[in-house]
Amino acid sequence: MSVIEVTRLTKYYGKSRGIVDVSFREEEAEIFGFIGPNGAGKSTTIRLLLSLIHPTSGSAKVFGKDVTAHGPEIRRDIGYLPSEVFYYEGMKVIDLLKYSASFYDRDCTQRMHELSETMELELNRRISDLSYGNKKKVGIVQGLLHSPKLLLLDEPTSGLDPLMQRKFFDLIREENARGATVFFSSHILGEVQRLCTRVAIIREGSIVESSDIRTLQQNNYKKVRVTAAGLQAGSFDLPGVTNLQAENGMVHFFFKGDINAVLQRLNGVRVEDVTIEEPTLEEIFMHYYE
Amino acid sequence: MSANIYAHEFRARLRSVIIWSLSVTAILFFYFSFFSVFADQAALMNQMLERFPPQMRAAFGLDAMDLSTVLGFYSFIFLFVQLCLAIQAGNYGFGLVSIEESELTADFLLSKPVSRRQVLTSKLLAALTSLTITNAVVWASSYASIAVFRGDREYDPRTLLLLLLSVVIFQLFFLSVGLVVSVLVKRVRSVTPYSLGLGFGAYVLSAFSGILGEVKLELITPFKHLDPAGIVRDGAYDTPLVLLNATVTVVSLAAAYWLYLRRDIPAVS
Repeated sequence: MSVIEVTRLTKYYGKSRGIVDVSFREEEAEIFGFIGPNGAGKSTTIRLLLSLIHPTSGSAKVFGKDVTAHGPEIRRDIGYLPSEVFYYEGMKVIDLLKYSASFYDRDCTQRMHELSETMELELNRRISDLSYGNKKKVGIVQGLLHSPKLLLLDEPTSGLDPLMQRKFFDLIREENARGATVFFSSHILGEVQRLCTRVAIIREGSIVESSDIRTLQQNNYKKVRVTAAGLQAGSFDLPGVTNLQAENGMVHFFFKGDINAVLQRLNGVRVEDVTIEEPTLEEIFMHYYE
Repeated sequence: MSANIYAHEFRARLRSVIIWSLSVTAILFFYFSFFSVFADQAALMNQMLERFPPQMRAAFGLDAMDLSTVLGFYSFIFLFVQLCLAIQAGNYGFGLVSIEESELTADFLLSKPVSRRQVLTSKLLAALTSLTITNAVVWASSYASIAVFRGDREYDPRTLLLLLLSVVIFQLFFLSVGLVVSVLVKRVRSVTPYSLGLGFGAYVLSAFSGILGEVKLELITPFKHLDPAGIVRDGAYDTPLVLLNATVTVVSLAAAYWLYLRRDIPAVS
């Protein structure tokens, strides 16, 4: 069963576009990366899944239930971490976490303390006295304390220092190993690449690509770099070659197609060095945005 | 309704309730302490008032009041109490859901496993509890100040009861009108200007209604729906106006639910 099933989901805010005709599925226990630049519609999608906003058309199901009709029931098993965190300023961290826990019909005390310890969160400080990074930690703890089955993370790492980011990723992996499904929205491709198994790329409100992260890299072009004496740009005049550049006996280009064609050309040339790389997610991403 | 939201909301308003209650008590006692002077020199007082332009007397509702009687004087003070209560109830109404949105905590609350209906009902009941506490304080300090300052003058306890019973109708009006306005607009940045506007606006309308006389402004301001001078004069409510007031309250509440259930919670921008 798909944990998230989004079908032709569209949201307009008045006349301005949120997302248009977005469809995708996320299966159980996946870590799904949802990538795109600011304003592409990542937050809109997540807010629709939480029914913080209502769709203009199309539908979204979580745990097989329609989000508009069964919102409260669905949210029992969702942990949400927004990109910008705001909490009741006058409250103490511990009171906020207890308030958060009081919405769930299970005892979250132990998990709450474990998480706070991991994230090095001081429980007796007032929310208004916390730095942005510390508020973010409050967000992480309140989003995870009820051991949700689905985690909706909206650019979760902004404001966290690298050390905390790493702890956070470890936490997410642990949750995932426990069986939690993770929906991870981000514009930082490195972290998506590190964490996710599948990705969807969203651009100007529409999904432009959605696939396994491996397939995405494999089916894409390869980066080829060859160093050899007397090599000329013309040596690689093949269909599928782009961005060809040659300088001082070094040629590099992007190639899409059967790699054997390139290898055949190399046959008989005495190469000093050759590398064939998969593109990074960043390069693929830029490709979709060109 | 969710007990945890109710408790959270009630606690958040506790300090405000105490301050408003103390203020209202202070107003009642402060003004009532002048009562014996007014009552003893009623003739002089009435002479002085006659020198004021009639429009001004009308604006303050002084034309219908006899400041030398306990309830006449009380109804004069009651107008200020009403103004305070209007602003307080308006505050709670406007802020009920909009504060969560302007301080961006709505995301936190509404991503929890509760329905919008539960959220709104819990919040309304918490605000209502707060208003009822202030209401109870108004009752207590009204009886207390009258007992302390009336001397040996008599008054009709039934009319006083009518005045005090009007408080809850009055509070509900401002609470629900405030609420519906706050969900009609896209975003309430700050609650105070709205509630002061609504409270004073309604009060000024009622004052103008006194000046202009014939114009039917009394239809739209709750200060006229539950005009203390009128209640003391007639010993009864103006039933059609009270019904009109209650209708506005009920319609506002229903509309507020309808709108809030369909509302798009604005994101950080």
